[in-house]
Amino acid sequence: MWKVVRKMNKEDYKGIFVFAQQVDGKLENVSYELIGKSKALAKDLGCEVTAMLLGHNVEPLCKQLAKYGADRVILADDPALEVYTTEPYAYVITEIIKKYKPEIALYGATAIGRDLAPRISARIHTGLTADCTGLEIEAETKNLLMTRPAFGGNIMATIACADFRPQMATVRPGVMQRQSPNEGATCKVERFSLPDVASHVNVEVLEVIKKVSTKMDIQDATVLVSGGRGMGGPENFGMLEELADALGGTISSSRASVDAGWVEKDRQVGQTGKTVRPNLYIACGISGAIQHLAGMEDSDVIIAINKDPSAPIFEVADYGVVGDALKIVPLLTEQVKKSQAEKKNA
Amino acid sequence: MNIIVSIKQVPDTNEVKLDQTTGTLIREGVPSIINPDDKAGLEAALRLKDQYGAHVTVLSMGPPQASVALREALAMGADEAILVTDRKFGGADTWATSSTLAAAISKLDYDLIITGRQAIDGDTAQVGPQIAEHLSLPNVSYAEEIWLEGDSIKVKRQYEDRYHIVRVKMPCLVTALSELNEPRYMTPGGIFDAWKQDITEWHRDDLEIDDSNIGLKGSPTRVKKSFTKAVKGKGTVVTMDPQESANWLADRLHDKFIL
Repeated sequence: MWKVVRKMNKEDYKGIFVFAQQVDGKLENVSYELIGKSKALAKDLGCEVTAMLLGHNVEPLCKQLAKYGADRVILADDPALEVYTTEPYAYVITEIIKKYKPEIALYGATAIGRDLAPRISARIHTGLTADCTGLEIEAETKNLLMTRPAFGGNIMATIACADFRPQMATVRPGVMQRQSPNEGATCKVERFSLPDVASHVNVEVLEVIKKVSTKMDIQDATVLVSGGRGMGGPENFGMLEELADALGGTISSSRASVDAGWVEKDRQVGQTGKTVRPNLYIACGISGAIQHLAGMEDSDVIIAINKDPSAPIFEVADYGVVGDALKIVPLLTEQVKKSQAEKKNA
Repeated sequence: MNIIVSIKQVPDTNEVKLDQTTGTLIREGVPSIINPDDKAGLEAALRLKDQYGAHVTVLSMGPPQASVALREALAMGADEAILVTDRKFGGADTWATSSTLAAAISKLDYDLIITGRQAIDGDTAQVGPQIAEHLSLPNVSYAEEIWLEGDSIKVKRQYEDRYHIVRVKMPCLVTALSELNEPRYMTPGGIFDAWKQDITEWHRDDLEIDDSNIGLKGSPTRVKKSFTKAVKGKGTVVTMDPQESANWLADRLHDKFIL
């Protein structure tokens, strides 16, 4: 079952491949972010960026990938790839990697990528670094240096995979920057088909239940008004929504509010939630555990409102107010609305 | 039915603090716990045992003190505990950890293998799917509910914006989320019995696996350096009455051209 490791010839491996994750025929944001980052890495390596697109009837997405910088798309279109299950996807990507021998393969650290990439790494015997927040090429070796948080964000570790190819990583959504789209860009599309994808289906999807959220994805929002334990209860999140609405954003939360059942899990910012980098992040009644800070400290402007002057959130806030969010937030909303009304009339 | 639950002993990272002067982790006095996702996986196994009857084996790779976590699992109701421990397994990344655990599991009879989705000290979520791959088993990750249905397992599989209800024939591997359940406490009788029970220890020579697949030497990835994140400079913090605070914040939003 376990083979003795063969030495691979690293020189044979060229190019950066990214897994272009799509669900229901729509590309996930992280796919564009991966291409954006890969373009920067490709400059250091002098190579191309290839997107691996798997699914069924997804050819129209190739244009999208070109628009955001892909030099080439490898398209695997198969009915067995329509809805994600682990093994058919792992099989196809493993075969692509065997054929094309990329030097680097990147995946989004999503509920799909974090299931798929480990299986591929085990199958082709190469390293995999999870949930990276930083990627760079080491000047002297040309190896990929992968940086990730560990211990709940307390420590950062930089990891290399010097002797195995491809060098693989899953990358945290929301951390890398996508390129601005180049309308009308085109790229090479190569079809990759295998006769026996369906034979790898061992998990049967009986039902797909979508969570209905009428709210904007917190990773897409330019303004986030975030509530923590200090909000006291779910009934007080209404005032956060009002402020968020006035500023054209949406609400998010700390882990405490999710664990208490006050808000949905998809609102959670932090190490076990989502990483966000809005233009404005307003933390209300959030103490700022290191796990939370790890998910929001790259926001452009951070405002914190908290009763406790020693709360760690004030360490990362540009503007901090020591006080009761329940009292201050409605007054701030009033000020915001007033100022907007004045602007309109001016 | 034979169920194997793979668990990891981890420091309670909620309790880990940084030494502000040296920038290193203060681990002294930090309690060790069974990793939360793994504990939910164990609870799921015990519920299947309660309902249908099953032999539950807990398995852990780690230093000798990881036996404490295994004893807790026995006290919760597991039937058998195996500690995979050897200096030669040390320094393993997820690849080498999963191949070692898979080599251990391959010595046992199993219908269902449950691991936690991820451990709170590393947060990788890689070892479960990698074990499944090494054993050529189907896997379902991120399980929020698990049901038995004949010779199959049904799972409510979590994604960011949806769930899949999936069915998979055993043998298979499932990775558990802590949302799966509320793990039971150890019972006094259970604790008493657990201390009398033997924990089987497996060392390097008990596993059929090549040296190139274990420990630091069998790890494709290496940590080049670790560091604490540079802290962003502290901004302005004020204490005023609520109305003044709101006005001051609105002014700052003007400064930043947000208003």
